[in-house]
Amino acid sequence: MAETLSSTPKVWQLRNRNQQLLSWFIWLLGTALFVYCWQIVSESTTWFFVWDAPRIAADIGGRMIPPRWSYINELWEPLWDTLNIATIGTMMAIVMAIPIAFLAAKNTTPSTKFVRPLALLVIVSSRSINSLIWSLLLVSIIGPGVVAGIVAISLRSIGFIAKLLYEAIEEIDKNQVEAISATGASGLQTLVFGIVPQILPAFAGITVFRWDINIRESTVLGLVGAGGIGLQLNASLNVLAWPQVTLILILILMAVIFSEWISAKVRHAII
Amino acid sequence: MLEIKQLVKKYKTGDVALNGVDLKVEKGQVMALIGPSGAGKSTLIRCVNRLETPTSGEIWLNGENIVKLRSGKLRKARRNMGMIFQEYALVERLTVMENVLSGRLGYVGFWRSYLRKFPQADVQAAFRLLEKVGLEKMVNKRADELSGGQRQRVGIARALIQNPDILLVDEPTASLDPKTSRQIMRLITELCEEQQLAAIINIHDVALAQMFAERIVGLREGKIVYDGSPDDLKPDVLTEIYGEEDWTAVRKRKAKKSTDSEVEDESVSAEHMAEMM
Repeated sequence: MAETLSSTPKVWQLRNRNQQLLSWFIWLLGTALFVYCWQIVSESTTWFFVWDAPRIAADIGGRMIPPRWSYINELWEPLWDTLNIATIGTMMAIVMAIPIAFLAAKNTTPSTKFVRPLALLVIVSSRSINSLIWSLLLVSIIGPGVVAGIVAISLRSIGFIAKLLYEAIEEIDKNQVEAISATGASGLQTLVFGIVPQILPAFAGITVFRWDINIRESTVLGLVGAGGIGLQLNASLNVLAWPQVTLILILILMAVIFSEWISAKVRHAII
Repeated sequence: MLEIKQLVKKYKTGDVALNGVDLKVEKGQVMALIGPSGAGKSTLIRCVNRLETPTSGEIWLNGENIVKLRSGKLRKARRNMGMIFQEYALVERLTVMENVLSGRLGYVGFWRSYLRKFPQADVQAAFRLLEKVGLEKMVNKRADELSGGQRQRVGIARALIQNPDILLVDEPTASLDPKTSRQIMRLITELCEEQQLAAIINIHDVALAQMFAERIVGLREGKIVYDGSPDDLKPDVLTEIYGEEDWTAVRKRKAKKSTDSEVEDESVSAEHMAEMM
């Protein structure tokens, strides 16, 4: 034993010499790129404003405190609108997303050549456009207000829900489905008895998660005129009413915490 | 009652799972289908239920050629075949009762099944069957709370509530311990006898097959190479089904150990087979 160890020890290195050099070279390149970019950014920055930023921030911060509590009575209604935009928008999205998910899943789609690509196209186009942009479009189409917000939220959510749902459908245990259809059950019965029970937990998790996201998103839709508390936020910002802005931000924070709490509860109960 | 003629199944990959199978099963006959993995046992019973579509050949059940049937008629034909699966294939998130009642889906309309409003006769039949398989206290448990043996009992109840003419059983004991395996096999064969049901039981435990089946069919590379009684299943037959293997090895070793022991009977006893499998 000792003899074999003492004779020519075997060397081990993670990288050989060339790989080591290459790795150093890549680091050098990265650093050079960073320095170069820094220079470009620096040239196009008005440094006076940046150096001034802490003072301005402290100034605005000072004006924001204390929040204007009396303003809250004007906020209950827009807050209620915001919750409604998120909730109704999510429900509308669910109704449309479920059939699309079944059409998009490989194992339930009626045709992989025609229907599935179409369903996937719907999903991708819904997902690729942000709610705020949907709102911009819809405010000019159906006019400002809550309805534009609801439709924007639901259009954006269809893709999200349908995508996660069809992935869940594709991952089900096909033995359970076969067993049901082997009893002589019809296609629809097989769906209800064999597939739906398997995707129910995923479905609940997905929709509650999306509702939670939608509460956050619906708070900003008002910035472009699509109703909700964002309208008040925009108005207050425009007139530099900082104490009102503080109150609105606090209220949004409360709403988000509330929705997180609800969605955690629901997910826990169903899964 | 069930007659299979020249059944061929080629998969898209080019694998030939069944290569001209002829088989006849009479009413009330319990038949074990043995053979090595990949011999086509599962494919055979899946073809009978049309979970797979045969490439060619005919399958006659009660005077109907199942191969030719389409949606509506196929569903009617499937009602007469109860299937039992290796991994039980229960719907895990449904209750025991819902799983058993799903065996009646072929007889119940969509809305009734959706709302779980099954006819009272079906519910009574389900209670009776659950009692028979010893699960009367588990009615409202979810399937994923049960043990393997209990799940297979639910699977059996689901197949029987269909009131089938034939049971198609795919490796019912492969995931179970030896004792539970025997209990399950006994339950299946007893129920078959009681209701004059025919059964095709895929099984790779030869000892169990010999113990419980009245007829054994050996499948190798998609062809039937043995069809006879369990008692005639001699080492040379097993070699034909499974390939070359010293089927008497255990016995030889034992014989060497005890020098005064006589040469044992030529037929392979169930005990020895169990050791070899």
